[in-house]
Amino acid sequence: MSVIVRLQREAFDVASEVAALTRSRTDIGAVVTFTGICRADEDGEPIAALNLEHYPDMAEAEIGRHIEAARQRWPLLAVTVIHRYGRIAPGEGIVLVVTASTHRQAAFAAAEFLMDYLKTRAPFWKQVEKAGGKTSDKIWVEARASDDTAAERWKSAPAKRETAN
Amino acid sequence: MKLRYFAWVRERVGKTEEDIDPPAGVATVGDLVDWLARQGEGYAYAFENPNVVRSAIDKRHVRSDARIAGASEIAFFPPMTGG
Repeated sequence: MSVIVRLQREAFDVASEVAALTRSRTDIGAVVTFTGICRADEDGEPIAALNLEHYPDMAEAEIGRHIEAARQRWPLLAVTVIHRYGRIAPGEGIVLVVTASTHRQAAFAAAEFLMDYLKTRAPFWKQVEKAGGKTSDKIWVEARASDDTAAERWKSAPAKRETAN
Repeated sequence: MKLRYFAWVRERVGKTEEDIDPPAGVATVGDLVDWLARQGEGYAYAFENPNVVRSAIDKRHVRSDARIAGASEIAFFPPMTGG
């Protein structure tokens, strides 16, 4: 399974990443992408931007571990995860997950699994720059209980790997 | 061993990282948090609710009962909000 994990400040281009993943491959039948995007509001208040702090080496290692867990549960052919850090403006992508498999069930399930784990275990922390405030006024976003619940549901017995047809 | 702090834990402690030599008797992450909280106001504030602060030993998530012997790097941070 080919794996790409990148942490970067710069914006990513979804189409380029999908093209890079599928280039020269004739075995992939299904590609699923998830893009997490910075909204213009947080908790009902308008924001100017998000700022993401991260724990560099641990973030890459932890994402790698999530991908390995996904590989053990589903027959994946390729995975790309890109997670930005630093200042991110509304409308810009924060995270990209691309999964590829022979048939669609694995690609869909793995993309959701990876996002549920990324939300709770990848060491990133968001701060909000409020609209109209000083760029020095930043407020930490609180983790959501619903994200913990989403991650918990994957802890039951792993789905049976689909057999190749 | 090196300690690293992130997000509001870092802000309250007032440092991004430091090297420490915990006394004998500090065996687990929970013991380390209790000891750190007594080292000054910033630490007490950061760890005022120890159940909220998460930890990692050598870049892997651990619980508060994890033993710290042999660790090179221990990090403390709030619940994560990536993704």
